[in-house]
Amino acid sequence: MAELNAHIPEGELTDKWTKLRSSMPLVNPSNKRSIEIIVVGSGLAGASAAATLAEMGYKVKCFCFQDSPRRAHSIAAQGGINAAKNYQNDGDSTYRLFYDTIKGGDYRAREANVHRLAEVSTNIIDQCVAQGVPLAREYGGLLDNRSFGGTQVQRTFYAAGQTGQQLLLGAYSALERQVGMGKVEMFTRHEMLEVVVVEGKAKGIIARNLLTGELERHSGHAVLLCSGGYGNVFYLSTNAMGSNVTAAWKAHKKGAFFGNPCYTQIHPTCIPVSGDHQSKLTLMSESLRNDGRIWVPKKKDDTRKASEIPEDERDYYLERRYPAFGNLVPRDVASRAAKERCDAGYGVGKSKLAVYLDFKENTERYGRIEANKNNIHNPDKETCMKLGREVIKEKYGNLFDMYAQITGEDPYELPMRIYPAVHYTMGGLWVDYNLMTTVPGLYALGEANFSDHGANRLGASALMQGLADGYFVLPYTIGAYLSKELATKPIPQDHPAFVEAEASAKAILDKFLSIKGTKSVDHFHKKLGKIMWDKCGMARNEKGLKEGIAEIQQLRKEFWSDLRVPGSSDEMNPELEKAGRVADFIELGELMCMDALNRNESCGGHFREEYQTEEGEALRDDENYAYVSAWEYKGDVTFELHKEELKFENIKVAQRSYK
Amino acid sequence: MASFGNAFSSSIGKKLIMGITGLFLISFLVVHCFINALIIVNDGGLTFNMGAHFMGTNWIIRAMEVVLFAGLLAHIVQGFRLVFQNRAARPERYAVNNGSANSKWYSRSMGLLGTLLLIFLIVHVSKFWVMSRFTGIPTVDANGNHDLFAVMVETFKDPLLVLLYVLAMVSLAYHLLHGFSSAFQTLGWNHKKYTPLIKGFGFWFSIIIPLLFALMPIVMYLGCIK
Amino acid sequence: MSTGNMNLTLKIWRQKNNKAKGGLVDYKISEVSPDMSFLEMFDVLNEDLVAKGEEPVVFDHDCREGICGACSMFIDGRPHGPKEGITTCQLHMRSFNDGDTIVVEPWRAKAFPVIKDLMVDRTAFDRIIASGGFISVNTGNAQDANNLPIPKVQADSAFEAAACIGCGACVATCKNASAMLFVSAKVSQLAQLPQGQPERYRRVQSMVAQMDAEGFGNCTNTGACEAECPKGISLENIARMNRDFYSAKFVSEESI
Repeated sequence: MAELNAHIPEGELTDKWTKLRSSMPLVNPSNKRSIEIIVVGSGLAGASAAATLAEMGYKVKCFCFQDSPRRAHSIAAQGGINAAKNYQNDGDSTYRLFYDTIKGGDYRAREANVHRLAEVSTNIIDQCVAQGVPLAREYGGLLDNRSFGGTQVQRTFYAAGQTGQQLLLGAYSALERQVGMGKVEMFTRHEMLEVVVVEGKAKGIIARNLLTGELERHSGHAVLLCSGGYGNVFYLSTNAMGSNVTAAWKAHKKGAFFGNPCYTQIHPTCIPVSGDHQSKLTLMSESLRNDGRIWVPKKKDDTRKASEIPEDERDYYLERRYPAFGNLVPRDVASRAAKERCDAGYGVGKSKLAVYLDFKENTERYGRIEANKNNIHNPDKETCMKLGREVIKEKYGNLFDMYAQITGEDPYELPMRIYPAVHYTMGGLWVDYNLMTTVPGLYALGEANFSDHGANRLGASALMQGLADGYFVLPYTIGAYLSKELATKPIPQDHPAFVEAEASAKAILDKFLSIKGTKSVDHFHKKLGKIMWDKCGMARNEKGLKEGIAEIQQLRKEFWSDLRVPGSSDEMNPELEKAGRVADFIELGELMCMDALNRNESCGGHFREEYQTEEGEALRDDENYAYVSAWEYKGDVTFELHKEELKFENIKVAQRSYK
Repeated sequence: MASFGNAFSSSIGKKLIMGITGLFLISFLVVHCFINALIIVNDGGLTFNMGAHFMGTNWIIRAMEVVLFAGLLAHIVQGFRLVFQNRAARPERYAVNNGSANSKWYSRSMGLLGTLLLIFLIVHVSKFWVMSRFTGIPTVDANGNHDLFAVMVETFKDPLLVLLYVLAMVSLAYHLLHGFSSAFQTLGWNHKKYTPLIKGFGFWFSIIIPLLFALMPIVMYLGCIK
Repeated sequence: MSTGNMNLTLKIWRQKNNKAKGGLVDYKISEVSPDMSFLEMFDVLNEDLVAKGEEPVVFDHDCREGICGACSMFIDGRPHGPKEGITTCQLHMRSFNDGDTIVVEPWRAKAFPVIKDLMVDRTAFDRIIASGGFISVNTGNAQDANNLPIPKVQADSAFEAAACIGCGACVATCKNASAMLFVSAKVSQLAQLPQGQPERYRRVQSMVAQMDAEGFGNCTNTGACEAECPKGISLENIARMNRDFYSAKFVSEESI
């Protein structure tokens, strides 16, 4: 078994990053000009890394499958971004953000990485504001904050319900600035299909030009995968239709270990599924839980309308079960609680797979405050509701509109119906402290890596991590590797490794087209999604996981014998693109089940029904499972498990409690 | 070396020329309308002819006339250029385009309305201006001024011509209905407080001025003013 | 496979590639559920086409929640369809009636050439941003975010301009295929923030020059862009950009 070295610097937790950064080998400016770096993906992590590396003087090639880097799925993040600024003077600090994140991740993240994340979190806000990102402000002109789940301070910065959009457009503008200066070459509508490895080091990629179908060879001194998460393995998720695991999976097959694949985040507040036609699920930001109260009827199978159920017949189950955090418990806890209520028969709506998110009380409360401001004393309820609705509209207007569009119901009048849905994957390519995978020269950033969130990510931390990796971590740590690569000449593109990688990519595309079966790609994707949701979803058990593995293996056989992909490979062919992605999802799905089966404990988003406390909370097994599972690909869809022990030296590991 | 660069040739610059010349032409309309309105005195055209005489002999006005034609020419030439460039920006048209769902028909038809106005102008200028400047007005009135009024009375006996004038003024009204506030927008004068005022004023201006113009041939044809 | 009861006729623009000649093709689709989104209805259609061995309709789409700006269909003569303030992916079939005929075309503009079927090339927008739609601040150069108080009204107004998703509906609907609303949204966002001041007049000049070079038409203030913008970007931004452009050309001594 290969030794997994996370390369965590020596010294005090609080000094590790500062010391490392100051002692990191540097590359001098004239050498930087001749070093090429390939960045795959243009979301928060990819765009910020590409822009920063180009600013530093490297030659950068950036790839995205969308028609513009501005469309990467980071754009859809709604609620906010955390930073330990303590602007609200409510006791926040780097340590507290670090602590909340480790605890929120159910003690399955690396201390050193998380502390670094907390340290640079404040720089991100500064950088974004300097770029002109219009974060929300108060009348005094200073930045505003709101609360998110799993914390008791207000440290979330936001831009209405479009924080991800604004942050991404900031990074995108920095990227386009470099494109304009000719320092970044942008390849849109390109999909990475292979990593090229020469003498054990990543030296390039094979990318398919989606417009022409042409396979292109691109060489570089290092390859950065910033390709996002793999939530679409479930078919229905809040991810974009194009979000995929292909880049990460190809890297995995070339030697990069895959970390904690079974850690998936199920977001508690999504719009419920309305029918078989559904292609994706839409999130209702966690920030809504600031002002919404979650409840179900106390009576089973209650068919009354929400407005007809009196107050004392409502079960505010989160407030009942977790009085300290109430509606602001972390996502995994909130999701499971919703599932528990629905499974027990208290669900609402047509499908009975939904709970209410009710804004009435807070609308009235805001209205009362507004009335006071406007010198209306003793306002009646109607006035309060009217004024309060205005406040709610300003805070969450776009989310409410979105809800109304999708469901056809007015959330200002009726409580929202919500249900958990797949949202984020904490697992990803295993990386060391420098964000390098087990293949030298191959890095993974943002959601594509496994690093900072443990078994559950706290709200508003994904944006923080993506930008931390891209702006403030990788541009430093990559110097350590590149400074040793100065002597390496660029790999000629007719090198056998390129030829072989291209041939293998081409063979797969040809195979898809040659099957000429009867079922579409989506048919298999939906089937895979159903298996994953049923067997490896919000709750898992040994029997189900074993069944899941068998079913996925069967599905894989059918896929490769009965797939139908129309068109050809030398043109724009979205079905062919999807086929490649789903083929990889099927293999990944199997690994996820294996990982979930291996982890005989419950932690964060990974809930094994066999391992729970009497109150139904996740029951960790720190003695046997305080490790990162890092899976090595052994060929032919077989995997070998490696373990990276997690040491907690600065934090007391405890049963997570939000009561 | 600092220069104006593409200040006028850029897309915004071209619109600036349209906006400024447009507003200038609007100011001309006011003057023209005022002079024409002198017929209301109904004194057989004596006051009107006096106004016309002033306009024809005052050197400032004569100088402005040159500017007016230059402005008009610029407005027309630039207008046509814009129409053709804008058509070229969409070589393939939509099979179905529901423009009325998002904009007023006259705002999308400025080129057409402008062309109608141009045809009218050619007729109008050849009827009155050419005569008063070059071929000469045949008679004089009691004050010894050229009797332009008599020419008008004569001209507007033709119902077809009256109809042309009225239709042209309808075109002008729609042209102004968009053009007036559009010019301000192009000049960058969009302000939450003032824009509603400009729009309101523009609306009434676009109705009243063409209406007054249209009334002149009508009242003359009907013989209300002699 | 779908569960609804609506029957529709679709007239969809099909075009093999940029060079080929395209045309409207009729498709019948049945059992459409009113709860489906417009794109999910296209998914169903494409499943049918694949099953029949025909080539599915190609269209851009990604997030399907109205924020990425990828989807771009001209539906019954309007970008993003008949409803206001939403993108195509947010349009639901309950906005149509059983028996309707729906015409779907790609965005049409010289600067947005058709790639295939309903998919167009919008990289002109990226080039406009690359020409100046940014604040030149390298990573690590920032001061503390609260050192620069910005009045809320101004910050909100900048945010409203920044809400643009770059979908191109403004260009698609403009009778002149003008990109002024898109360009002005970025110019205006940065011009209203103190951070954007140092490059304010350079920015507007370079972005307008790039916009013109891309072959977009000229703005004639019809207001169609504002009416059709899924994010409600205001015409005020265009006026603001015009002002800045004149200041840059006629007041500033720097020329670019």
